[in-house]
Amino acid sequence: MNPLESFKIALLALRTNLLRSILTTLGIIIGVGSVIVMVAVGAGARSEVDRQIAALGSQTLNVIPGSSRVMGRSGGSGTTLPISEGDLKAIRDKIPGVVAISGLLGGSAQVVRGNTNWTTSINGVHDEFFTVREWQVLDGREFTKDEMRSGARLAVIGQTVALKLFGDGASPLGQTIRIKNVPFTVIGVLGPKGQSSFGSDQDDVIMLPITAARGRIVGRSQVVNDSIGRIQVKFDDDVNLAEAQEAIEQLMRQRRRIQPGAEDDFFVRNFAEFMRARTAALSTMTWLLAATSAISLIVGGIGIMNIMLVSVTERTREIGLRMAVGGRRRDILMQFLVEAVTLCLLGGLIGVMLGGIVAFIVATSAQWPILISKEAILVAMAAAAATGIFFGFFPARRAAYLNPIDALRSE
Amino acid sequence: MSDASTSGAPRPASGAPPLIGARGISKVYRMGDQTVRALDDVSLEIRSGEFVAIMGPSGSGKSTMMNLIGALDVPTSGVLEIDGRDIAKQSSDELADLRNRTIGFVFQQFNLLPRTDALRQVMLPLAYARPRPTNAEELARHRLEQVELGNRLDHHPRQLSGGQQQRVAIARALVNAPKLLLADEPTGALDSRTSEEIMRLFCRLNDEGITVVLVTHEMDVAAYAKRRIMFRDGKIIEDIAQPGVPLAAHPRAAE
Repeated sequence: MNPLESFKIALLALRTNLLRSILTTLGIIIGVGSVIVMVAVGAGARSEVDRQIAALGSQTLNVIPGSSRVMGRSGGSGTTLPISEGDLKAIRDKIPGVVAISGLLGGSAQVVRGNTNWTTSINGVHDEFFTVREWQVLDGREFTKDEMRSGARLAVIGQTVALKLFGDGASPLGQTIRIKNVPFTVIGVLGPKGQSSFGSDQDDVIMLPITAARGRIVGRSQVVNDSIGRIQVKFDDDVNLAEAQEAIEQLMRQRRRIQPGAEDDFFVRNFAEFMRARTAALSTMTWLLAATSAISLIVGGIGIMNIMLVSVTERTREIGLRMAVGGRRRDILMQFLVEAVTLCLLGGLIGVMLGGIVAFIVATSAQWPILISKEAILVAMAAAAATGIFFGFFPARRAAYLNPIDALRSE
Repeated sequence: MSDASTSGAPRPASGAPPLIGARGISKVYRMGDQTVRALDDVSLEIRSGEFVAIMGPSGSGKSTMMNLIGALDVPTSGVLEIDGRDIAKQSSDELADLRNRTIGFVFQQFNLLPRTDALRQVMLPLAYARPRPTNAEELARHRLEQVELGNRLDHHPRQLSGGQQQRVAIARALVNAPKLLLADEPTGALDSRTSEEIMRLFCRLNDEGITVVLVTHEMDVAAYAKRRIMFRDGKIIEDIAQPGVPLAAHPRAAE
């Protein structure tokens, strides 16, 4: 008896007890479904994290002012000595492997163009900012070092700002926008970055030369003349970031005259590292899902074994007949094994569809890319088939080793 | 059926080995502490082309004998040869192949598969044949025509009468051109009219050359056979040639 024929017999037998077959495969459906969800969610989340790390800029470190502690009480962020142009220059000069470095002085303000206005985040940055963040100007140009130094009133705007202020289709380039009543000329539109990991729109932003922005636009009263907010540094690919981080910390402690043993009033942060830690948490979730699917497949497999044992008992006479007309033990074994595997594969198929739907919903609501790979489906179906073979073997063997005489006589 | 050209002769005097050759066979079942001697030192020969009725009350050993002749079981002692093969020396697979090639089974309860049409019922043994015939469907159709069911190929058991079901079963038994047709109470579930129809079919098949062994406890069914073997308490107590009722001359065939 060839496998195709066994498969047809199996389908016939399963159709005869359709409801029973479907109920039996529930465990397999859930098991396979969660494999699909697991792989899709895992891959989707990972690709999202990769995208975010890329958006933050790889090989970059951030130097952020910390909080001063007075009598053990935290004064909050920014209550300490600001980070200055001098710090930036020192890092560039004394730390090896710096590719680009920029300050980032952030604030928010209303922007007006004609009779349209939009409140957005305004950042004063150095000309190297775009290199640090690997953020291309899509349309127009960046500002030059000279323009940055001279405090030219130029603006590079994000996609969202361009859309909000120039939604009428006019080219933003060369146009004048007013920020806190100061006119700026738009010279560039940045490429899209999408949402950050915290859900904020990274394209809702305007970049100004830090000298033009400082004080007037994003200054608070306490901002001293050469404050640059925070520093972002991009290093060469062969620089060890942990070592660079330590070197910067040492340099900053020196510059701020922090006594040995005293607490730092600044932080050096590696955001990509932070994102990777979040990925690790995600992979824990993936493992949980993997455990769920493994347990479901085992429970489902036991269900399959149970129903196959029932089937063997119900069809004892048929087995006897098949033996009488020349079926070998192997033929009988194969028939029931194929039936168990068919049952599992049908369950697997339903599971793939349900899992696909769940993965789609999860990915859509989390705004991840939907990643249901061929490999995941193959792995899930292979797991279903393996469950069928493993748990179908015992009932099939029982059928194959029936005594033909007793089998023929059974009622 | 090739060596069955001597149809009609109950015991052809040829030197060819018998189709069934039993020499001093016993079958002992152990049930708990007790042992039951279902067959006790039985010797028997059945040659090609014979039409034999095996009779006896229940517990006489006739069913055990049938299981052995059908290669479904092996004797505890003694030698049983089927078509020249010592079945005690055959593996489980070889016994399966022997049943497939050499023996066609007909059962009291027909033993048809549910929800399967007549054509597929008859093709079943061919699915286990080695090598697989390429014209399985054609062979099955031919056998169904032979039992006058050529117009019922797509009928399921539920759509067929008892007699028709048994004829499907007979077609199935014949499909692999076996040397021996082994029928266990083939008329047990049928009314007398249909029984007669089935028995006439067996007679005709025997006339065409196939060896028929029939297990029954009904005298008038056994009367169709040309040889009658009576079992009691695991032994043969009678083994006689019967005139063999010519089809047309049978009292009920003329009705």
